[in-house]
Amino acid sequence: MSIALKLTDLSKSFAVGRRLFGGPVGHVHAVHPITLEVPQGETLGIVGESGCGKSTLARLLVGLIAPTTGSIEIDGAALDNANPAIFGKRIQYVFQDPISSLNPRKTIRQIMESPLKRLHGMGKAERDRRISEIFASVNLREEFLERYPHEFSGGQAQRIGIARALAAQASILILDEPVSALDVSVQAQVLNLLADLKAEFGLTYLFISHDLAVVEAVSDRIAVLYFGSVVELGPAEEVFRAPRHPYTKLLADSAPVVGRPLKAPEQKGTELPDPLNPPPGCAFAARCPRASDRCRAEVPRLEAAGGTTQVACFHPLT
Amino acid sequence: MSGFLKLLARNRLALAGGIVMALVVLLALVTPLLPLADPDVTNTGARFQPPFSEGALLGTDHLGRDLLSRLLWGTRLSLAVGFAAAIAAATIGAAVGIVSGFYGGRTDNLIMRGVDMLMAFPYILLALAIVAALGPGLLNALIAVAAVNVPFFARNIRGITVGLAHREFVDAARLSGLSNARIILSEILPNVIPVIVIAMSTTIGWMILETAGLSFLGLGSQPPQADLGSMLGEARSALITNPHTSVVPGLMILIIVMSINLLGDGVRDALDPRLKSGALSRPMAATRVDRRGPVPESAGQGLLEVQELQTQFHVKDRVYRAVGGVSLHVEPGECLGLIGESGSGKSVTALSVMGLVASPPGVITGGAVRYEGEDLIGAPYGRLRDMRGRNVAYIFQDPLATLHPLYRVGDQLIEAIRAHRPIGRREGQARALELLKSVRIPNPEKRLTDYPHELSGGMRQRIGIAMALANEPDVIIADEPTTALDVTVQAQILALLDDLRRERGLAIVFITHDFGVVAQLCDRVAVMYAGRIVEEGPTQAILERPLHPYTARLMACVPELGTGKRRLEAIPGLPPVVDRLPKGCAFAERCTRAQPDCRKGEIDLYRAGPRAVRCIHPEAPLQEAAE
Amino acid sequence: MTGYILKRLLSAIPVLLGITVIVFAIMALIPGDPATAILGSYATPENVEKLNRDLGLDKPLVQQYFIWLGNMLGGDFGTSFSLNRPVLDEVVERFGATLVLAGTAFVLCSIFGIVAGVVSAANQYGWGDKGITFAVLLGISIPSFFLGMMMILIFAVKLKWFPVSGMWPIYGDRDLWALLRHLTLPAIALAVVATGVIARLSRSAMLEVLRQDFIRTARAKGVHESGVIWRHALKAAMVSIIPVLGIQAGFVLSGAVYIEIVFQWPGVGRMLVDAILKRDILLVQGGVVLVAACYVLFNIAVDVAQSLLDPRIKT
Repeated sequence: MSIALKLTDLSKSFAVGRRLFGGPVGHVHAVHPITLEVPQGETLGIVGESGCGKSTLARLLVGLIAPTTGSIEIDGAALDNANPAIFGKRIQYVFQDPISSLNPRKTIRQIMESPLKRLHGMGKAERDRRISEIFASVNLREEFLERYPHEFSGGQAQRIGIARALAAQASILILDEPVSALDVSVQAQVLNLLADLKAEFGLTYLFISHDLAVVEAVSDRIAVLYFGSVVELGPAEEVFRAPRHPYTKLLADSAPVVGRPLKAPEQKGTELPDPLNPPPGCAFAARCPRASDRCRAEVPRLEAAGGTTQVACFHPLT
Repeated sequence: MSGFLKLLARNRLALAGGIVMALVVLLALVTPLLPLADPDVTNTGARFQPPFSEGALLGTDHLGRDLLSRLLWGTRLSLAVGFAAAIAAATIGAAVGIVSGFYGGRTDNLIMRGVDMLMAFPYILLALAIVAALGPGLLNALIAVAAVNVPFFARNIRGITVGLAHREFVDAARLSGLSNARIILSEILPNVIPVIVIAMSTTIGWMILETAGLSFLGLGSQPPQADLGSMLGEARSALITNPHTSVVPGLMILIIVMSINLLGDGVRDALDPRLKSGALSRPMAATRVDRRGPVPESAGQGLLEVQELQTQFHVKDRVYRAVGGVSLHVEPGECLGLIGESGSGKSVTALSVMGLVASPPGVITGGAVRYEGEDLIGAPYGRLRDMRGRNVAYIFQDPLATLHPLYRVGDQLIEAIRAHRPIGRREGQARALELLKSVRIPNPEKRLTDYPHELSGGMRQRIGIAMALANEPDVIIADEPTTALDVTVQAQILALLDDLRRERGLAIVFITHDFGVVAQLCDRVAVMYAGRIVEEGPTQAILERPLHPYTARLMACVPELGTGKRRLEAIPGLPPVVDRLPKGCAFAERCTRAQPDCRKGEIDLYRAGPRAVRCIHPEAPLQEAAE
Repeated sequence: MTGYILKRLLSAIPVLLGITVIVFAIMALIPGDPATAILGSYATPENVEKLNRDLGLDKPLVQQYFIWLGNMLGGDFGTSFSLNRPVLDEVVERFGATLVLAGTAFVLCSIFGIVAGVVSAANQYGWGDKGITFAVLLGISIPSFFLGMMMILIFAVKLKWFPVSGMWPIYGDRDLWALLRHLTLPAIALAVVATGVIARLSRSAMLEVLRQDFIRTARAKGVHESGVIWRHALKAAMVSIIPVLGIQAGFVLSGAVYIEIVFQWPGVGRMLVDAILKRDILLVQGGVVLVAACYVLFNIAVDVAQSLLDPRIKT
């Protein structure tokens, strides 16, 4: 199977604050160096809580921001300058808030035409034909094309967002919390549509979400992100059933599950480390019931931990 | 565009302003065609003629010139200069603002420093300096007025542009291959133009005043040419002896500026989408009550009893039936879950209890809410206020938005207590500390003096819970208290609420959209759809054997952790909009079990034992499930 | 807090320098020859040239700027030729009179504007709101100089309640009572427009805040409605009202120019207009720079007030 997306030591840090004279007050490492391969046709789920760097990672992957270190390779071709117009043909983005990702003053047709015209230089007739095809595959009526975004419900707007991403004919879609803003009954519709499209067009997905159950239901593999680093990476059916990293276990134990009695899972505090002043060792050590002195001094690397799972922990759970 | 004009015309004040303005503009346009005396011909013999004199309708000035003629010619000049200044300032300011806001970084920094520099002058100093340099004259006054207004426009438009440049649709346009120039033209500009028009329409009057002002000082139009300002300036020396020479141009300025301001406000209201939906109405202290039907008799059930509650939103001529006859009750120590999707009316039901639904547009139109048998819907505001927080307390969703950002959390806690009983500073502090300890906040002494923004989301929600506990209420209504929180924090908050309820015998009404949460926390659950309760019963029983097809389908489409990758059961279609509810069952449209009789008429909530369902073709017979 | 004030003061230095550059640049644009303006059109070319040399006007512009700036930093703003008096003395004396007038007007418009805005918002669409809204509209539409003239006509000439003009009586004691009698009409005339603007803005800021979730929280706690309006809503609304007060202070200072002329108030605005008409450039430059510098300092005070109110501002 060919590699659709390859990240090598990809990281991003932001300068924070400004002194009266001289440089910034400090740097925040939103994404620590990540090395990752996503095979063609896979859905890689990325889970993490707020502040774990998942949105920054998504924006890096589509070239909306430039990486601090590392490189992105798509279908074997390196993309090193953050130019969304070049990225756009290969990798597209579906946004979390479907309404605000559509320009309120453009019709749906105008929105749909942009990628066809600008990325692929299509003529008018060809564009119309393409738009009809795409609308058919996302189950949208063509009469919607002349309307404005505010006339649509969240679910419909998200279909339009997906249609726009498809119009760019990219083979990889970054789905950034694509159903978080939707009601559960509509959420299932969109998730099923995504699965159908993937089969139809042979797409590769990176599915970012904070909802463990949703990620588990759609992914082949899952990467767990904590404080800008991947702490566990493994097959979807393994990660939450048999977590190896204590943080993954905390997540799995915290999710409300029907039939499980209510009990706060074991942890010390809920605070993330100060991003301006991160701890020297494992970022999770302060909350971890298994932490040792080594954890507080040394950063664990993501390594194979038996089977197909990789984990960044000195004391993984078996 | 036609929608905009319609909105504008509906605003009667704006319409009046528009008509007056149109008349003035028309007069100014036809002035050269009117049979008027030459405005600049002096006749010292006929100076200071009073108004309504022969041959001079408005009288004459200190040089015997016809005031009416001078007034009309002056109006022409003042209007032209004011409009020109406004257009120039808006165009230049908007261009600077858009470039600065869109590109950000160094460009933005440099431009905004310059703008700050210009705004560091009281504007008249800058205008005076410019006129001093260029020399007095109407054109120079125009340049000065336009120049001092550029920074205001630039700053305003920059702010809007910065907001737009970070919106997701701009990112989407980049990914669609649009260049920066194209993004400015096709994504940013169409969204900024309404703001520019609003800014212009609300400042044009002011610019006319300012140019008139410079002329009044003798720095604008030079004799014999006169705009309204210089007419007033020349008349000043004769103010006491012949006031009419001052009153005539002064009133004209007032009329012009006032009609422009009226029109400008109308334009702003018509273009500002927030105002369109009436969203800028202020919520009153308690929800408006307009009960038409009879008040239901108390059934004597539970500590808090909601009976046939109806709450509507009246927006313009539409009526949204957010809550269409909801009955529920909660016993001491019991936790009732109220579950539904957005728009199902679950939050509105909860807020109606203590009259906290924003009003306008909310109106409670029927039913009763009884606390220990006392009807609260009809209760006077004073009684309602007295019970809020003391008998029934609330915990809200977003803990950052629901705490006052400018008060320390300790003071907010003490205020909650003080609202119901007078306590001293020291006692208040002690009680607040106790409350923080009871919600297990680490370092409570230190947290008392923190501001909400200094706390994490979980800590803030603990403060919210502590505040609800401040007066030891019997009932707590929790409106999605964990939805905005991370999953690890949510688990802790839920555990805390569960402990508190057992320790204190609290009755909790817990509103959520999450079946997992309901399953873990609630004894009983009521499922809402399109403003009605469609199913009610013990949590365990409903989870094991849902009766209403909606409940069953909803549960099936929620993925559950631990079941691996799979296809989800989706419910086709969308919930109905509550201003156009269908006859009969609101779910029939999306239901696989629907029969023709489902759409015929009102369907009752059938009860059997602890269970109830609003369905004539349930998943299983009600009687059977109730056993 | 001290650190924050210090930081703000330091960051004002480039702004102040920028102001001097702008003022100098604008004045350098003036066509014609200042020396001719001073000596009149009958001056001999030799005299003009000598005066130009004495004033340093034969040097390059950049050098002239630094000489001017250096002199100002040393307290020497030059001598006004039309008044034959050091610029600094004249400006300081005149600015004092302006401060009395503008300061009073600023206090008036802040108090009445905010109260009117809050009352208006709290009774939205009620009669009080409609009345205030109309009064505000009238207030922001009337030219202050016209209003001043009408006030003189009615309250000074017809009713004789207040003196017609000036700051002090020509005969009699210069006491506080005399000042207040002279101050009343011009201060009110000056305050009207700013009161309208502040009232309008306070109203919309209050309406915005009253829809916020924390207001609902306050009500859910059982706080009295008066407490909700004046403690919770107004405090939050002040975050957007305070910057407007800063801007309106500039407008009051600007409007003072007209009012000083209408009421013959011996302030800096009247001085500047006279100086422009007489082309007394040093006086214009000195006046503008000093007043603008004071306004910059005032705005720093506004920022400090804002940071005291809002703990979210990093100090």
